[in-house]
Amino acid sequence: MDADRRAFLKVLAGAGMATALGVGMPASASADGDALPGYPDQFGVLVDTTVCIGCRRCEWACKETNKLPNEKSLREYEKDQAVFAKLRRTHADTFTVVNRFPNPRDASKPIYVKKQCMHCYEPGCASSCFVKAFTKQPVGAVTYDASLCVGCRYCMAACPFDMPAYQYYDAFTPQVTKCTFCFDRISKEGGVPACVTMCPVETMTFGKRTDLIDLGHKKIRDNPGRYVNHVYGEREVGGTSWLYLSSVPFNTIGFRTDLGTVPIPTLSKPFLSLVSPVFIVIPALAMGFYSFKKRRDKLAEEEIKKALEKKEGK
Amino acid sequence: MDAITATPDFKPTWVQEKLFLGMPFKEYLRSNYTLFNAVVAFILAIGIPVILYRLIYGLGPSTNLSDNNPWGIWIGFDMLCGVALAAGGFVIGTAVHLLGMKEYSFLFRPAVLTGFLGYLFAIIALTFDLGRYYRIPYPMVVSWGVNSVLFLVAWHVALYLTCQFVEWCPAIWEWLNLTKLRRIFVKATLGATIFGVCLSMLHQSALGSIFLLMPEKLHPLWYSEYIPLWFFMSAIVGGIAMTIIESMASHRLFAHQIKNHDPEHLNRVTLGLGKAASVTLFAYFFMKVIGLAHGNNWHYLDTAYGYWYLVEVIGFVFIPAMALMYAVQNNRVRMVRGWAVVAVIGIILNRLNQSIIAFNWHLDWADRYVPHWMEVVLTVTIVTIGILTFRWIMNRMPILYDHPDFEPEEH
Repeated sequence: MDADRRAFLKVLAGAGMATALGVGMPASASADGDALPGYPDQFGVLVDTTVCIGCRRCEWACKETNKLPNEKSLREYEKDQAVFAKLRRTHADTFTVVNRFPNPRDASKPIYVKKQCMHCYEPGCASSCFVKAFTKQPVGAVTYDASLCVGCRYCMAACPFDMPAYQYYDAFTPQVTKCTFCFDRISKEGGVPACVTMCPVETMTFGKRTDLIDLGHKKIRDNPGRYVNHVYGEREVGGTSWLYLSSVPFNTIGFRTDLGTVPIPTLSKPFLSLVSPVFIVIPALAMGFYSFKKRRDKLAEEEIKKALEKKEGK
Repeated sequence: MDAITATPDFKPTWVQEKLFLGMPFKEYLRSNYTLFNAVVAFILAIGIPVILYRLIYGLGPSTNLSDNNPWGIWIGFDMLCGVALAAGGFVIGTAVHLLGMKEYSFLFRPAVLTGFLGYLFAIIALTFDLGRYYRIPYPMVVSWGVNSVLFLVAWHVALYLTCQFVEWCPAIWEWLNLTKLRRIFVKATLGATIFGVCLSMLHQSALGSIFLLMPEKLHPLWYSEYIPLWFFMSAIVGGIAMTIIESMASHRLFAHQIKNHDPEHLNRVTLGLGKAASVTLFAYFFMKVIGLAHGNNWHYLDTAYGYWYLVEVIGFVFIPAMALMYAVQNNRVRMVRGWAVVAVIGIILNRLNQSIIAFNWHLDWADRYVPHWMEVVLTVTIVTIGILTFRWIMNRMPILYDHPDFEPEEH
């Protein structure tokens, strides 16, 4: 993708997906992930959990880039091992967290897992939002527009990965918060997310998602016994931009393996397709029934009239 | 309106007649010193500050909502139960105006009023749950998220509120003696009813469809492709059962308003409603079983959540269905009323299970949601204000009786 077109798309992003499709995206991102490739050129990140050393520099870089509150110095991040005592999740002031899990293969080498928004192909949050505050951008990022958000928090309930968080303690202008995939950075030619840049051991690889899937499978093939044969995110809920490799089954390091491969938006489509038929069929039936009733009443009335006349006639 | 006059030759002014029940202001004030109002005053004295606290300090300090549990009882009870139990207006409207069941027509106005207020206060409660409540018109005027079930709910609830207002309007115009306006609105009743049927079918089921996006968070016993149908059918039960309860209560509390009060007629109608509730409950029960079979979730029945599910489905659906059938066949009106209450509790239980108890069942207990006391107080306060509004209107407008100056409605 050339720079001009990228910039053009970025301008259009605010105008909505439909417009972006018009400039030559081969497939609609709102269609079922199974049937269509989505945005084929979208970026992704492949996280190799066997490499991560748990230094939490990515957490620091994320706070720094997104100007999030409660930031500590980089040294404190690296030294603070106490945070690993509890599993953490994303919060209003934290878009990404690194958790520690025991390693059944080698107890001296715990497994560290970085988590953030997965940037789904077919995001549940986007299909839940009744003001379209979420957009799946052609570069892969799922972005959030706070200027539209009403604060119903359906997106949080609809996210299968429990990633969006809320500024509950902001009384007047609370926002949903989540990883932005450093949308501004990756929209520029050669841009890479802050966390990926920061990582000292190259746990994360940023690139085209299709290439990363190939890379993931190649790593699994080339290193027998190092990984379980699964690139997490390749097919989960229709596929995600962030992908993971692991040496142990994913459900033992905090991933849900029961999510299935059906994109979340697909689940409410059959119901939504019923809306217009109801407005066509029900009024027709109701008016029909009403006319029958009127006619029946009229006939009954005439019958009585006739009977009365007969009686009088006698 | 029973005009209690201070002196035989006292002629109430317009304000005294319309607002103070035909009494001078002082006397009207004195007539409000009742035990009921004392309780109400107590609730409001705690509730209003809680509402202000929520508005000033935000959701964080006033609720137990969290990043894992974005929805609490303001959605689960106020919204889901409020709307389901306010379905009476739609059910009775269909029966009377579309199916021509004239026997039930005297229930139409109270049912519509209950429905209208139910929706109105569900929306008011929802406002406090929204992070940016002042943006509540956004899905209508700023940005259309047409792929969202919630978009449908927002539009339909707003439109349906308007429909019910139109259906209720004749009573307002009669109260204000506006003959011409009344005639226009009486003519609009049929259209509003038909439109209301479509809207109700869709948004009642859509409230359930909200949960279609969460198969990984909702317990399999409560998750099914049939959620929309379950919600719709149980809302019909809720509407009928609430009409039974509401008609009993208001015919007792406001009996003095009705000139030719015929308890026999009410009893007959109550039995009819009881039968309808029973049949709907049976149908709902079978749909629940079919949902269970369709998802092949039988093995979950022998777990803690399974027992709880059985309490809901057997205890508050199947048994009330049987009991109501028995009561109707043996003409036991009081029993019908009693089991209508059980059916209503069943609907509430179902909505709470769906949105709170079976939701996030995979999380540790420490991460689960338990309402904050302020959430409970705010809910009680909103319900109380709803009841106050209902009473205020019942005391002033011709809801239970035909206004003597007007012909009965015909369209």
